Amino acid sequence: MDTNFKHKLLGHMAGNFTCREIAQLVTDYLEGSLTFSERVRFQLHLGLCFACRNYLRQMKFTITTLRQLPVEPVPPHVKEELLQRFRAWKRQSPEPAENPEAD
Amino acid sequence: MHDTLHLDEPGLVRALQSGDEKVFTAVMDWYSGSLLRLAMSSVPSRAVAEEVVQETWMGVLEGIHRFEGRSSFKTWLFRILTNRAKTRGIRESRYEAFGLSASSTGADEGSSLEDSLFVAEGSGKGHWVDPPQAWEPDTPERVLLSKECRSVIENAIERLPGTQRQVMTLRDIEGVSSEEVCNILEISETNQRVLLHRARTKVRRELALYIQENKT
Ligand SMILES: [Zn+2]
Repeated sequence: MDTNFKHKLLGHMAGNFTCREIAQLVTDYLEGSLTFSERVRFQLHLGLCFACRNYLRQMKFTITTLRQLPVEPVPPHVKEELLQRFRAWKRQSPEPAENPEAD
Repeated sequence: MHDTLHLDEPGLVRALQSGDEKVFTAVMDWYSGSLLRLAMSSVPSRAVAEEVVQETWMGVLEGIHRFEGRSSFKTWLFRILTNRAKTRGIRESRYEAFGLSASSTGADEGSSLEDSLFVAEGSGKGHWVDPPQAWEPDTPERVLLSKECRSVIENAIERLPGTQRQVMTLRDIEGVSSEEVCNILEISETNQRVLLHRARTKVRRELALYIQENKT
């Protein structure tokens, strides 16, 4: 089937999503928040539309890449300062009751 | 990380409560990068973000005796951070309303988000202006997984309105569940999804432009 024909077919099937609607619903689809019937219509469109299939794949690729971004480096001085503050906190914080020095 | 310390979460919390320095150092090493990323999406500068991270850890120490494990330790950490960032936001006058103002959520964008992708008028109305192509396997890996590709993404994230950036940071970068994100940012499930959608749509678009330019 050529692309134009597919689009005409999609257009003629009542209640079908347009490519624009697919782009608008893609997150709801991935999040699993579409109703059953919306999900079926979404997948039906994907089955016939190469462009939207690619769009969904691009979106998934984007999400995967986001997940792999390198950790934000924390400067050593920040950690060093925190350790100092931790030690100060430990000196101040009340010791548990079993500590003989408590009374 | 809990594994490398041979501690489950209650064990970790008890170790922190008792002032175990080794555990504190390990926990701090493990989570500070994530905290810094979230802080950077919440306050105007990296310097302020670093301070917010420090304040967050102080908040952890102050509150650890009251931690009851009703949320996960990580969620609790992120909540302390967003609260500290809010206080900070008020202190730094540059930083306008942290909450769900139109400019911070991008609520004023409406449905215009997808406008540029589709034909507005005529016989092709509603069709893709430029039908999306397959990125894989046509695009060489050196482009898709390059440092440059990552910085395209980082730059796109930086340009997002505040709350969109926070949601994307938590969901997509840190892998926090949607339920926990709602909890941390105190937003509704629907709101969270809308913000995530806007953020993803924009970041994908930037990535598409970059890949288009570098495909050959
Ligand atoms: Zn389509």
